[in-house]
Amino acid sequence: MILIDRNTRVLVQGITGREGSFHTRQMLDYGTKIVAGVTPGKGGQEVHGVPVYNSVKEAQKEHAIDASIIFVPAFAAADAALEAAHAGVPLVVLITEGIPTLDMVAAVKEIKDLGVRLIGGNCPGLISAEESKIGIMPGHVFKRGKVGIISRSGTLTYEAAAALSDAGLGTTTTVGIGGDPIIGTTFKDLLPLFNEDPETEAVVVIGEIGGSDEEEAAAWIKEHMKKPVVAFISGRSAPKGKRMGHAGAIIMGDVGTPESKVRAFEEAGVPIAETIDEIVELVKKQLG
Amino acid sequence: MKLHEYQAKEILARYGIPVPPGKVAYTPEEAREIAREIGKTVVIKAQVHVGGRGKAGGVKLAKDAAEAEEVAKKILGMEIKGLTVKKVLVAEAAEIAKEYYAGLILDRASQRVVMMVSKEGGVDIEEVAREKPEAIVKYKIDPHKGLRPFEARQIVLDAGLEGNLNKLADVLVKLYKAYVGVDAFLAEINPLVVTASGEIVAVDAKIDLDDNALFRHPDLAKLREVEAEHPLEIEAQNYGFAYVKLSGNIGILGNGAGLVMYTLDLVNRVGGKPANFLDIGGGAKADVVYNALKLLSKDPDVKGIFINIFGGITRADEVAKGVIQALEEGIVKVPVVMRVAGTAEEEAKKLLEGKPVYMYPTSIEAAKAIVAMVEGQQ
Repeated sequence: MILIDRNTRVLVQGITGREGSFHTRQMLDYGTKIVAGVTPGKGGQEVHGVPVYNSVKEAQKEHAIDASIIFVPAFAAADAALEAAHAGVPLVVLITEGIPTLDMVAAVKEIKDLGVRLIGGNCPGLISAEESKIGIMPGHVFKRGKVGIISRSGTLTYEAAAALSDAGLGTTTTVGIGGDPIIGTTFKDLLPLFNEDPETEAVVVIGEIGGSDEEEAAAWIKEHMKKPVVAFISGRSAPKGKRMGHAGAIIMGDVGTPESKVRAFEEAGVPIAETIDEIVELVKKQLG
Repeated sequence: MKLHEYQAKEILARYGIPVPPGKVAYTPEEAREIAREIGKTVVIKAQVHVGGRGKAGGVKLAKDAAEAEEVAKKILGMEIKGLTVKKVLVAEAAEIAKEYYAGLILDRASQRVVMMVSKEGGVDIEEVAREKPEAIVKYKIDPHKGLRPFEARQIVLDAGLEGNLNKLADVLVKLYKAYVGVDAFLAEINPLVVTASGEIVAVDAKIDLDDNALFRHPDLAKLREVEAEHPLEIEAQNYGFAYVKLSGNIGILGNGAGLVMYTLDLVNRVGGKPANFLDIGGGAKADVVYNALKLLSKDPDVKGIFINIFGGITRADEVAKGVIQALEEGIVKVPVVMRVAGTAEEEAKKLLEGKPVYMYPTSIEAAKAIVAMVEGQQ
């Protein structure tokens, strides 16, 4: 598995809010080691037994924090991510949807310059099966196994994980990288980690229309990947110029077409599944 | 969100970029009055949210006030790509010596705002990009530093623009300030004109705004024109659904953008045509599903509905309750095909037993079934 395990100490930013509090309960039930929460102005409270601080810096002083998950509203979300990065939290997971794009352009650059890994925004988070969940996904569909998943989608990822689990293949770590045009971590940032992870035997990449992250991933796979990869692309029949739910799922001019993504994966020798069930078949075939 | 040319120019003018004097007219009489005030040859331009206005006959010159009224009479009410022209911009016609292009876009690959400048202005820039990419200078802007005058001057020099270097660079600096100031997704001046007397003027402009940032620009949010959108898209917005009207006849409903896109793909693959994209989002309760079905049932194109649910945070039984309510109230009058899996799948199936819903174990089987049913009706 990559990035997180049962020992990862987690901070929840926006823990006193409705979403933050609900998912803190869910994550605790999954076994995630949540050590602290932050809501500015609500320091000293407790949520599900987790102590709340006024700032990430204060929380960091009391608990050595490995990762932070952010449930802060869109207008303040990029600022919250910057707060975590500046307080020295090495992994920041940004769940919030609808963050102004230019906020993300500025924040992503600053966070990367600090050497911090940002996942999201507009993402379901990440989960290492039966170890730790820093996200909002239904934990029970992820059985421990040997396939890593990287995805721009939420529900479709749960489907793929459930299908892999039902087939006895199971998952190692699943990362939802988010559906926005500007995100902190893309496919090609995570592929090297799975490439070096002894537990992961194959990787499933779930892409969609818009942008060129899939093409870049294909290029990286062609050069460096030692393990089998299976790809899936949603939005194959989507019209040009329309945003399909995700802010980033849009074909603009010649950029972001499914044809270009399919071609890139084919050139890299990556088989493309047409259905969710086919993902399982192709992974099985690849693993021999 | 798209802005009209005249709205984009108002923004540019606010940031100090020279634009030709002009005003918007809703009637031929208003057009005449504006032309009279300008007192020179004017250009009358249809204000609609589609490209290719010129080719469609929506942009015309008029030498005097009387001709302006004539021309405006022709353009107002004209249909351009399905949209009715309700207003025209009446502006002073510039004396064009050179036509350039200056634009800012969000470049996803580099995660930067990129300035693009070209000597080849006044034409479709995508065509230039395809046929003569070397004619476009691209410059990635550091979000923490912005575009500084020395950088802008270098862009002007690299692009080979002729004219007052400082004034041209100043337009680029101000265009970036405007882009950031209004939270744009795209801002372009095409053409950026150098006049016979050496003045620099933004003769046409286009600005698309970032919907995610509209909350901090209430003045701009008010400019949204609902008539330019499909009425069902507006209603969906009020419900908080991600909805896109498509041209087919199979209504699609699911939870999660990726799953809904996948469902559209499957329906297409087996020969059907989706009527819409509709994502009810995560954690939807019965009332949300009920409202979604109400919305789909208002679409006369919809001859059958395919509901595709994978329960995660969303509970399949909540979805089932919403479907049952919509069926029992007689809101849904077309065949409904459903596939549910995940959280509370068994409870959902039990609730739906004996109800007029066709259940299928996999997405692909459900897709085939709804396509066959809809075809069977024709």
